[in-house]
Amino acid sequence: MSDITKQSLSELVENIKGKKLSSSEVTKAFVERSEKSKELNAYITEDYANALNKAKKFDEKPNLDLKLPGIPMAVKDLFCTKDLRTTAGSKILNNFVPTYESTVTQNIWNEGAILIGKLNCDEFAMGSSNETSFFGNVQNPIDKNLVPGGSSGGSSSAVAAQLTPITIGTDTGGSIRQPASFTGTVGLKPTYGSCSRYGIVAFASSLDQAGPMAQNVKDCALLQEIISTYDEKDSTSIDFKRNVYSKELTKDIKGKKIGIPKEYRVDGMPKEIEDLWKKGIEYAKDCGAEIIDISLPHTNYALPTYYIVAPAEASSNLARYDGVKYGFRAEGENLIDMYEKTRSEGFGAEVQRRIMIGTYVLSSGYYDAYYLKAQKVRKLIKNDFDDAYKKVDAILTPSTPSSAFKIGEKTNDPVSMYLNDIFTVPVNLAGLPGISIPAGHDAKGYPLGLQIIGKAFDEQNILNIAYAMEEKINFKNNITDWWIK
Amino acid sequence: MSIDLKTIKHISKLSRISVDEKKAEKLAGDLNSIFDFIEKLNELKTDNVEPLTSVAETTLKLRSDEVKSKNLRDQVIKNSPKENEDYFVVPKVIE
Repeated sequence: MSDITKQSLSELVENIKGKKLSSSEVTKAFVERSEKSKELNAYITEDYANALNKAKKFDEKPNLDLKLPGIPMAVKDLFCTKDLRTTAGSKILNNFVPTYESTVTQNIWNEGAILIGKLNCDEFAMGSSNETSFFGNVQNPIDKNLVPGGSSGGSSSAVAAQLTPITIGTDTGGSIRQPASFTGTVGLKPTYGSCSRYGIVAFASSLDQAGPMAQNVKDCALLQEIISTYDEKDSTSIDFKRNVYSKELTKDIKGKKIGIPKEYRVDGMPKEIEDLWKKGIEYAKDCGAEIIDISLPHTNYALPTYYIVAPAEASSNLARYDGVKYGFRAEGENLIDMYEKTRSEGFGAEVQRRIMIGTYVLSSGYYDAYYLKAQKVRKLIKNDFDDAYKKVDAILTPSTPSSAFKIGEKTNDPVSMYLNDIFTVPVNLAGLPGISIPAGHDAKGYPLGLQIIGKAFDEQNILNIAYAMEEKINFKNNITDWWIK
Repeated sequence: MSIDLKTIKHISKLSRISVDEKKAEKLAGDLNSIFDFIEKLNELKTDNVEPLTSVAETTLKLRSDEVKSKNLRDQVIKNSPKENEDYFVVPKVIE
């Protein structure tokens, strides 16, 4: 089969289970395509030889009862992988080789999947365009010199370009949903506490969540049921009844109440996004859903809140990079000098900026004015959602305020870069699940996404709505393989 | 509000990140534009609002106090940039 990499995850699983394809054939196909796609710069670390060996071993004694039997998969380089370098896109972790495995990736390998490499991302997941990575920017397979979104930009690029059948990213303020939207792929940010944070390089611990990124909703549901487990190694992991999402997936969403928040009609929103949203509402109605206007009055305060809470937590989490226990060290005249040089040379500009913001808002005399204030506004934002969910089952919004932009277009203005996450950040602040599905193209032919936000722990419901709408939308990604010579 | 170079130097010291003059000026510009944007929060009255520290509405679980992983010394020290036998090595602290 020459078109192995064009198959969806579900098709590949079926073909391996039906013995029409071997793990070796599938793994070889994705490795070869990845090798031909170096120009995308989607990988930070390749592990092709090991992957091919593991596939061969799998084929010798295939366990076809597993959910991901011999399926090759690349993952975001924010997940610690035992004995394989994990960098978080940073110079400071350039030579870090974990001695343990993240729970989320362990769950994936337990179901038979095979690691083929680690995918590029913004440094410590801080960015919306993958341009803050120490390992260089990533190309969006949609068009040359277009950003793939961020921070899970290597992940979105790799799934859209079919270098991996499926992948995982992490989402602190939109880092799964925004890149999914920019590349015409599906990305789910689960409820906070759904997927274990154990072994994921920490950015902002009260917001970080791992989640699946895929070419379609069904694949996304399958991966979600694998990665979402209660884990005692993460003290914020929540023990709730998890569905077998792919088995319970249904397109029957008749009578579901879907809210349209008026505050998401932001100033200066391009007409294309407004039109996409209107079309989305029509699709939802066609599926039998009932549309209800709602209000989330504190929406405008979500981004300023996020840019206090996330840097504050980051400044605390990143205090561990001191050049002593692991990672890069710059020599200094004394201990303090060594710390300061290590962190100044080891972190990139955006990470330093956020550590400084976080340190400032937590510092003596400013804590109440900034950090405490932000935590209070965060409560108001969560209350907005709680009120809305008394009336509706889910909320429909655009995923992003624009389509993908050119590399270098927004790097000089941090605030304009931050505005990318205006529709995704409130979901993290409230700890809710949200999914982005491709829903159309703009005039340039670049993909645009719609976001469905659910109640806490109600992943099944938003997956169902996404599944039903996906059929009506019938989106086709326009990938021309321009990077393959 | 405005963050001046003196404040930048103070924050950089707290952050343990060395900055030279040029970098300090760039950071002051960036941080001022970000804080202008953050100031929007002052429009809201929040005197009677409880701060939200965690969205996970659960209490921390207790577990039995047992050692589950042992003999990790080699693993712990494996990634250190400089070590001597069982110890991390740092520049001399005591004269």
